[in-house]
Amino acid sequence: MGKTLAEKIWDDHIVRSAEGEPDLLYIDLHLIHEVTSPQAFDGLRLAGRPVRRADLTIATEDHNTPTLDILKPIADPVSKLQIDTLRSNAKEFGIRLHSLGDADQGVVHVVGPQLGITQPGMTIVCGDSHTSTHGAFGAIAFGIGTSEVEHVLATQTLPSRRPKTMAINVEGTLKAGVSAKDIILAIIAQIGTGGGQGYIIEYRGSAIRALSMEGRMTVCNMSIEAGARAGLIAPDQKTFDYIKGKPHAPEDFEGAQKYWQSLFTDADAKFDVEITISADELEPFVTWGTNPGQGLPLNASVPNPAEIKDAEERGAAERALQYMGLVAGTPLKKIAIDTVFLGSCTNGRIEDLRAAASVLEGKKIATTLRMLVVPGSERVRQQAMQEGLDKVFIDAGAEWRNAGCSMCLGMNPDQLAVGERSASTSNRNFEGRQGKGGRTHLVSPLVAAATAIRGTLSSPADL
Amino acid sequence: MEKFIKHTGTGVPLRRSNVDTDQIIPAVYLKRVTRSGFEDGLFSAWRSDPEFVLNKAEFKSGTVLVAGPEFGTGSSREHAVWALQNYGFKVVISSRFADIFRNNSLKGGLLTVIVAQSVVDALWDAIESEPTTSITVDLEARTVSYNAITLNFELDDYTRWRLLEGLDDIGLTLKHTDSIDAFEAKRPAYKPKTLPIRI
Repeated sequence: MGKTLAEKIWDDHIVRSAEGEPDLLYIDLHLIHEVTSPQAFDGLRLAGRPVRRADLTIATEDHNTPTLDILKPIADPVSKLQIDTLRSNAKEFGIRLHSLGDADQGVVHVVGPQLGITQPGMTIVCGDSHTSTHGAFGAIAFGIGTSEVEHVLATQTLPSRRPKTMAINVEGTLKAGVSAKDIILAIIAQIGTGGGQGYIIEYRGSAIRALSMEGRMTVCNMSIEAGARAGLIAPDQKTFDYIKGKPHAPEDFEGAQKYWQSLFTDADAKFDVEITISADELEPFVTWGTNPGQGLPLNASVPNPAEIKDAEERGAAERALQYMGLVAGTPLKKIAIDTVFLGSCTNGRIEDLRAAASVLEGKKIATTLRMLVVPGSERVRQQAMQEGLDKVFIDAGAEWRNAGCSMCLGMNPDQLAVGERSASTSNRNFEGRQGKGGRTHLVSPLVAAATAIRGTLSSPADL
Repeated sequence: MEKFIKHTGTGVPLRRSNVDTDQIIPAVYLKRVTRSGFEDGLFSAWRSDPEFVLNKAEFKSGTVLVAGPEFGTGSSREHAVWALQNYGFKVVISSRFADIFRNNSLKGGLLTVIVAQSVVDALWDAIESEPTTSITVDLEARTVSYNAITLNFELDDYTRWRLLEGLDDIGLTLKHTDSIDAFEAKRPAYKPKTLPIRI
């Protein structure tokens, strides 16, 4: 019987397998940032262990970094200590680091692909759950905890149990105004936050193949929000073209491409689970609750918990509506927004900024809200400025910031206040995620831009 | 890592599903560079509510957290495991855990026990009606016992052995350095390297 794409990559990375034990997997690339690494480096020092492959490791500063005044000393002393710790650890262990001010500083999952260091057929890990983003290139990429970060630093391997495989086929053509973000929000609403648990998801079908690399990254990015270990997409000509010309594209491009072209699920391979979704019927999607599975088409209304049969789900919906300050039956489009956040590893790439700018061009954002535009990386920021996108955002009344994770998780000063409501292109609408007491609606860049103009959740078609 | 063989303590009923790691420990607490001191951030948003279960006198000394399904979803932060351990929890029981959280917990010696939701419901009822109910989690026998009830749970032999012995994963892997060397010798040349830097 043939193999799935995930099985092929997994098998190509087994260093050692033994009955009853997890496979020992070789890790091709280890991405590092300031938040989940300090304790790992401490562990190495305590045990007197070196980093085995500094040349397969790369670090950047993203979670904690300010998006204003980036060249001044960081105001928060605790944040400053964490950044300084990463800098001294990188120096001590000989690890490449892209610091604030460097063109390749930015959200770690934006930096890998822009350097061309994310390639098909690789195993990629990072102490961050959105590592699944890199699966868009046909790689097995997943988030790990700090103990595992230390393990990979010391051994360049990771003991891992082989996940099960799931295929999600998205067939058909997206309507205008519907994007990759809507596909993945709809998938999570359908299979739930635990639907992918224990699986590597392979996204397939004509609608996935039609997506740009940026769109594919958006889809794979949120695999973790469906509980999946990883998500990936078979590489194709678009993937190869994207990598070609990037700084770390293989010197032997043809040799690499020959291998990459073998990376697809065989016709006779079997997935453990297979799901099909029609792209034709998808609408712009938005979340109403406090987990990413609590989403609905933008034309819908806030659900009535009393109509939910499952007691557990009903209770969760009641709590979510209370936290979100929403009344059942309210049309989603009537919900007024205080802050629009455009950015993050989900939607902080150049194409996302272009999409939002195309809606905002020549228009003004509503006087009732603020809009933060945070490019995924410094390189994305520079490219956007070359294209004049910064001017579009500034002229519309938005704030044009420096790169980082920013308001996606509110570790830096970019946070929501208690009760403040956002339309956010990020990935998590958890309670307090963007600031204690903050209320988050997850949206696509197109919806974010239209919402900024109208002041209530909207799609470009409403303008 | 400390060995985990058997633990007896009282329970804390957390009747919520989808408790993500942002709830267990919000991002603002992740700026520390140590593995300790995270107990003050545990469930911090909920702890300002006097009705929250950890604020009730009868559950203050609990060491076995009994949580709803999909516990530990979201961010990969191992700080969630440290916060639970720093606070004093030794075991978390739920019907479903998120993959990364489960991995992190079993690496760090916080035992996560998976049982059917009906078992969680029964445990919740038992603890709430009698908060002093003693719960014993026996890793050797792979059982959870309380009152006159004993239930089996599953955990693979390898992970159980590692926890019983308190073994360090890195030490175990470094015994196979020869296999890693051999694998590296055969890696294709086109695989990317981060050094030397190319821009």
